[in-house]
Amino acid sequence: MIELDHVSKAYNGRPVVDDLSLSVPEGAFCVVLGPSGCGKSTSLRMINRLVPFDSGVIRIAGEDIRAVPPEALRRRIGYAIQSIGLFPHWPVEDNIATVPRLLGWPRARVRDRVTELLELLRLDPESYRHKYPHQLSGGEQQRIGVARALAADPELLLMDEPFGAVDPITRDVLQAEIARIHAATKKTVLFVTHDIEEALRLASVIAILDRGRLAQWGTPLEIVERPASVFVRDFVGGEGSGLKLLGLRKIGERLRPGESTPGEPLPADASLRDALAAMTERHTDRLPVVDESGRPIGMITLADLVR
Amino acid sequence: MRWVVSPVTWVAVFFTSLLLGMPQLRPVFEWGFPAVSPPVFDRDSFFALWLAHAGLVLTASGAAGLIGIALAIFVTRPAGHDFRALVSTLAAIGQTFPPAAVLALAVPALGFGPLPTVVALFLYGLLPIVENAIAGLEGVPAATREAATGMGLSPLQLLRDVELPLAAPVILAGVRVSVTIAIGTATIGSTVGALTLGTPIFDGLAANKLPFVIQGAVLVALFAILTDMLFARLERWLQPPGTLTRG
Repeated sequence: MIELDHVSKAYNGRPVVDDLSLSVPEGAFCVVLGPSGCGKSTSLRMINRLVPFDSGVIRIAGEDIRAVPPEALRRRIGYAIQSIGLFPHWPVEDNIATVPRLLGWPRARVRDRVTELLELLRLDPESYRHKYPHQLSGGEQQRIGVARALAADPELLLMDEPFGAVDPITRDVLQAEIARIHAATKKTVLFVTHDIEEALRLASVIAILDRGRLAQWGTPLEIVERPASVFVRDFVGGEGSGLKLLGLRKIGERLRPGESTPGEPLPADASLRDALAAMTERHTDRLPVVDESGRPIGMITLADLVR
Repeated sequence: MRWVVSPVTWVAVFFTSLLLGMPQLRPVFEWGFPAVSPPVFDRDSFFALWLAHAGLVLTASGAAGLIGIALAIFVTRPAGHDFRALVSTLAAIGQTFPPAAVLALAVPALGFGPLPTVVALFLYGLLPIVENAIAGLEGVPAATREAATGMGLSPLQLLRDVELPLAAPVILAGVRVSVTIAIGTATIGSTVGALTLGTPIFDGLAANKLPFVIQGAVLVALFAILTDMLFARLERWLQPPGTLTRG
């Protein structure tokens, strides 16, 4: 659990973060969303004390972060940034092992951990362990960046637009990876982005910032369905928000159980947006639905999408 | 057996044999300069001159290296940032003064002998070291620094494990320039009583003995070339492995 309690920060008298209060529950995937200059990166960097704040309190698991020496605090928090910042003179293995070595882990444990993380990020440990960063693609470098952030099994993971500089296809893959890793490790993640699609896809809870203030706090669905202000509605996408809404709801929620119709079925955990796309492609207004084991459980019609 | 064919080995062999075997070339110089006697500089052995010369350079460049790199580290820390411009300017002033002028000014204060030469070489050699060390340290990518700090490296660990290894090739290039210049410049120390490979040059000029000038000049040039080549070797060796493709 991480709490920001009335935190403010000004640069030369101009407020960047303005009386910000957040309380991120343990295990949440919290996306901090907002346009550039809204103070989202600054807020993130205050949590690992890369940026000092002027007033307020930040607590991790109830402990004031200023009660801990900054280096010790940072070694407990994973940190991944858009520009990655791998150490060019160290092979992948040493890069990932940075924090475990700072913490004085024994060699064998460090080695095993590196293997484990490379496997978690779907990189072959034996072929990647000894490569240097310049021998990796941008996507591979960012995977190593994420592995390095996870290395010492931190209680909290801070990610500052980590996939902002990779191509759309790689970004898609990396988003799926980080969602999978979050589901598997249950770590608390604070993830900064200005990309609404990325936020809706990954977040369990979203904090939207506007000029250093909290504009809205809620689940992706709440944010799209009930934007708290004109700013949030415009930012979340005005006209396109109907499609976003469909993207957030599962077929299972609108299912007609027991009924059936011929055709290629869709899984119940696919989104309504997927259902709409499939109907449009196949020129039909109804589709059969199956559960995760492939058993038919019902159908969905075009009218159900807008119910 | 790559070292056998390496130019460094050949230059080293050539330099050493000339340094130790110059008196054996007496017949050559007698034949070329029949009017000059003795035809080979014999007031001191060339080896002794070289030792003294190398000692001067080592002292001056060692001090310039230590102080120059320390200054560069200081002004690239948050605490020393305000002094960056000042240090650059002072180092630049040190190099604008011609070493001959520094010698002339230093002799009344420090007397004749090796000391004024060391001071002149030190001041002259500081600029390339300071400038390169600052450039090298500032050339470490901001993202690398940010990631290192964010992961919990202390300022000392950041410097020792990340900044210095990445800056090492650029720092060393500065030291290389500085030392090579110092080897050539140290010869003028002989005008104020320091023993160097410049001694035969200035003796030869004063007494109109061309062979002395040639003997001193060739040895100084070879010494400088050899040192430069050895530094090139060291630079390749110090290049961080992950950055080899950079150049």
